Amino acid sequence: MAIEVRVPTILRSYTGGSKVVEGSGDTLSALIDDLDSKHSGFKGRLITPEGGLHRFVNIYINDEDVRFLGALDAKLSDGDSVTILPAVAGGALGFAAAAALLRK
Amino acid sequence: MARFESLLDACGGTPPVGLPRLSPAVDEGAPPVRLWAKLEDRNPTGSIKDRPALFMVREAEESGHLRPGDTILEPTSGNTGIALAMVAKLRGYRLVCVMPENVSAERVQLLRMYGAEIIFSPAAGGSNQAVATAKQIAAEHPDWKMLFQYGNPANARAHYETTGPELLHDLPTITHFVAGLGTTGTLMGTGRFLKEKVDGIQIIAAEPRYGELVYGLRNIDEGYVPELYDPTVLDRRFSVGTRDAVLRTRQLVEVEGIFAGFSSGAILHAALAVALEAVREGRRADVAFVVADGGWKYLSTGAYGGTLNDAEEALDGQLWA
Repeated sequence: MAIEVRVPTILRSYTGGSKVVEGSGDTLSALIDDLDSKHSGFKGRLITPEGGLHRFVNIYINDEDVRFLGALDAKLSDGDSVTILPAVAGGALGFAAAAALLRK
Repeated sequence: MARFESLLDACGGTPPVGLPRLSPAVDEGAPPVRLWAKLEDRNPTGSIKDRPALFMVREAEESGHLRPGDTILEPTSGNTGIALAMVAKLRGYRLVCVMPENVSAERVQLLRMYGAEIIFSPAAGGSNQAVATAKQIAAEHPDWKMLFQYGNPANARAHYETTGPELLHDLPTITHFVAGLGTTGTLMGTGRFLKEKVDGIQIIAAEPRYGELVYGLRNIDEGYVPELYDPTVLDRRFSVGTRDAVLRTRQLVEVEGIFAGFSSGAILHAALAVALEAVREGRRADVAFVVADGGWKYLSTGAYGGTLNDAEEALDGQLWA
């Protein structure tokens, strides 16, 4: 059960610099556990201590946001592609963050 | 045909246009599945952002946040700045835009033409640099006003009061609404309105997925989710890469004659995905999607011609939505 996982630049320190890694699991949760067993510390960057998906982490299964597919319980099948991305505001990116800071 | 007192009054009222060739074919006797493009490039400055720009300025005037002669400071990568520049000009404000230097040349020229002043933030510095630049400017000019489109309820309200009602009026059989996800204003406002009025409607987000260079975060905690965003309004959210966005943008103009910017291609990609699902499941669907702006501002990227690989490369590191 091979699932291709695309890793963003900021998490590649956990994957030895690899952009794409392989994992297995029939749910997203199982996949993340599997990845953590191979790349120690990986899970801690994606999942909060309370066990939910980190607010600023977006994960997509075949380009669809897992938060609308059952989040960590989202089902995976052989050949699926998983993409992890940091949350940024569309076309605005850092400018949104800048604006948020300015408001305070 | 209506006439308008001024350009500001001519905002909105954009046509939904059917896509008879790009809509997926269904078997004979099967329920129809149709795609409808809401042509937001038909707004006064050529993008959907005229709606929130006008609503945000009006709201700020009514609340006393903006007074005649004020300077507005807006961090923007393009269309909001252009829309605000026009509104500011007609309502008597000065506009200063902070934008990354890796936006297209046309956007910069348009902003200057409408009278906006521009401060560039280095593209290479990513969000850290943007934060630093904006903080510095705000500290130097405490009297400048920010409208803050990411957290300004008037942004979403513009769509709740105009985009949503227009769609329901023009396409009462609507089953899906698909739009781009940036400030989230379009999806939040239009989505809330349609969910109140149309049983079972699906609200779908198409989020641009840029080249790696664009995600200039040092760590996850520097991420940002706009204050306006309420995930309960959405049913699904797609991430659309540069290649798919370019492919669909080209199909729009080649097959249906609609010359749009690349964010609209990304939105069409998600719209087609849900339309094809409806076909497979044998369900009727009227999928309305947003054409956020025309392609004019992106011609200099060269991404309308050549191979898809060339286009992908040309847009790498650029904010195309």
